[in-house]
Amino acid sequence: MDETISIVLFSGTDDKLQAAAVLAAGAAALGRPVKILLQYWALDAFRADRIAADHGLAAEAGAAGKAAFDAAARAGHAHWTDSLRMAKELGDVDIQACSQSMDVLKLQQSDLDPLVDGVEGVAAFYVNAGEGQIIFI
Amino acid sequence: MSDLDIKLKVDASGLSCPMPILKATQAIKTVNSGELIEILATDPGSVKDFPSWAASTGNALVEQDSANGKFRFVFRRK
Repeated sequence: MDETISIVLFSGTDDKLQAAAVLAAGAAALGRPVKILLQYWALDAFRADRIAADHGLAAEAGAAGKAAFDAAARAGHAHWTDSLRMAKELGDVDIQACSQSMDVLKLQQSDLDPLVDGVEGVAAFYVNAGEGQIIFI
Repeated sequence: MSDLDIKLKVDASGLSCPMPILKATQAIKTVNSGELIEILATDPGSVKDFPSWAASTGNALVEQDSANGKFRFVFRRK
């Protein structure tokens, strides 16, 4: 139960980012190292100038899903950025930007929120994942 | 109720997963090995989450009960 949990986070909507934050925070609280690789729309959501903005929800949420999600936020459910920040403080959580996605989106690390620790490629991601499981969101 | 010497009490009522276990992780770091913390939660997931967290981290679950929709857990820091 000590193996690293690696999450390839591709999706940029608030519901999927929330799901990723829960999985990362849970692993961190259990003392397991967490490695997150941000690709495409997830990477875009971590831009410093828009990380706290409304990233919408997946199409499958529909109006009812949005109402439920918004109600949960009003009821005090933590925002995914807060769950991730707290997880980083309490455990071993490393967040890297996929270098290919950085190139596609024309981003520099300075464009990204401080939650992002660096930029890496796929080989480093696999080596760091080791024997642990890899989750794609 | 018990007469355990609880060093720190955390009320995570109203918070949902993953906050209750994050709060527990944060709280347990502030006490010394062998000392006790108490967590209150209303999140139904916490009923199974906390024993799993205790088993995985080695922080023993000393007491667990529920009343009025609130779940109470007492842990001893490893």
